[in-house]
Amino acid sequence: LGRLRGQHAGGARGGGGAAGPGRAERALTLSAPAQGGGSAVIDMENMDDTSGSSFEDMGEMHQRMKEEEEEEAEGEAGAAEEEDGEFLGMKGLRGQLGRQVADQMWQVGKRQASRAFSLYANIDILRPYFDVEPVQVRARLLESMIPVKMINFPQKIAGELYGPLMLVFTLVAILLHGMKTSDTIIREGTLMGTAIGTCFGYWLGVSSFIYFLAYLCNAQITMVQMLSLLGYGLFGHCITLFVTYNIHFHSLFYIFWLGVGGLSTLRMVAVLVSRTVGHTQRLILCGTLAALHMLFLLYLHFAYHKVVEGILDTLEGPNMPPFQRVARDIPVVSNAVLNTTAKAVALTL
Amino acid sequence: FAGLADVSISEDIPVEGEITVPVGSHSPEDDFSTLDEPVKDTIMRDLKAVGKKFVHVMYPKKSSALLRDWDLWGPLVLCVSLALMLQGGAADSKDDGGPQFAEVFVIIWFGAVVITLNSKLLGGTISFFQSLCVLGYCVLPLTVAMLVCRLVLLAGAGTVSFIIRLIVVVAMFAWSTLASTAFLADSQPPNRKALVVYPIFLFYFVISWMILTFTPQ
Repeated sequence: LGRLRGQHAGGARGGGGAAGPGRAERALTLSAPAQGGGSAVIDMENMDDTSGSSFEDMGEMHQRMKEEEEEEAEGEAGAAEEEDGEFLGMKGLRGQLGRQVADQMWQVGKRQASRAFSLYANIDILRPYFDVEPVQVRARLLESMIPVKMINFPQKIAGELYGPLMLVFTLVAILLHGMKTSDTIIREGTLMGTAIGTCFGYWLGVSSFIYFLAYLCNAQITMVQMLSLLGYGLFGHCITLFVTYNIHFHSLFYIFWLGVGGLSTLRMVAVLVSRTVGHTQRLILCGTLAALHMLFLLYLHFAYHKVVEGILDTLEGPNMPPFQRVARDIPVVSNAVLNTTAKAVALTL
Repeated sequence: FAGLADVSISEDIPVEGEITVPVGSHSPEDDFSTLDEPVKDTIMRDLKAVGKKFVHVMYPKKSSALLRDWDLWGPLVLCVSLALMLQGGAADSKDDGGPQFAEVFVIIWFGAVVITLNSKLLGGTISFFQSLCVLGYCVLPLTVAMLVCRLVLLAGAGTVSFIIRLIVVVAMFAWSTLASTAFLADSQPPNRKALVVYPIFLFYFVISWMILTFTPQ
């Protein structure tokens, strides 16, 4: 800035008595502190301070100060300024140019990168689906277990993705817990990969499949609504698995499967029925969904449980009896306690 | 500015004095050019920054130092050491019950990314890397718990050791969650803090579970 100002002012010198804008600006800044007397400290922030430039600036400033002290003869000031301008032009311009080029390159690169980023990584498209309050999430969780009675009017489904996503992750965590306590051995792959793949695969895959069926059966439901509905339907699965992975009674599992799983399936089915016309279509859609949902719970319980370990071993390894209920090292305390408590409760009832 | 041509100092006010221009010996480039310093200085500076952040995590006060100068060295070190310690499973593939190094690594970073995205989608004001930094640093108590668990397991693997490990892991898990909540929840609108805290709770729960169920073969 300093350079340009000097040159511009020098150029404008011939244009008349008007001092260059920078000079007048500087004049203003100079006058204010000088009125107070004593030493004046000038803020040089506005001046473009490039390499090796401050001396030139100081020289220019001192020069200017001297002129303003003596007189207001613009011609002289102009002459001195042009002198200074040229002087600066030689030394400061190179640094200035280099800086400008680098600056421009940086700007262009930054603009390109931010454009690419905003195009591909725009998470703002998902933002409206996460606009919920904790009370709403809690209400929806509880509602997902209550089947609606009114199937003649289309029921409202909130297109929200926070609750379903959190439920899927909770299911993943519960599955991990179940796999760990049953010492499931996964040969090709990892525990975590299997759990995540299973849960997300179910949520996304079955949602897409039912959405496709809904399209065939003329049901009024959008993809986000289907994702949301199925996601909240996993709440029942989470509860069931959380309880039955810790208390290993098959009868208890079947009660939970029918009760809790059945309730959440009924709710999903009722909502879908309310949005479909025609008996055949309703039957197809709801039958498929109910079957898939209930079978998934069954699969989760038996697949990641102690039973499978025995089967895997009989298929591949040495001859071990299946259904081996060997007390494991870790949950030996907790499981024993829970089992005895459950037994006692069952006996008293 | 043409109109300012006639703005001038009145001539009876003496304009005098000294102009001292703060010409510092550091022009802006000098401050950023750390190429000339010895390597030891660079490393020590980074180590000090990491150490300061460790202290912030262990005594979580509401300071913004963790947020302001984020760095990912600390999380990397913690993640690698935790993953190494959790890899106690035997090389024998029959007893492949322990998590592999890559598994732990991926869980931590993938989980942190998901939590960050979630908090951004819920309207948080924190940036992506700042959130990663905080979540990574708050794994420190759990790393300490892992160390303690390994030492306890050296002494034996009975019921008593399980109870000790359980207490230690639960305490460290609570500490981790509280520490990260103290830093992250402030960047959220006040009525949605629970929505952000829950995934963090899940994340540290999974890591704590991996630590608790670790049995060296």
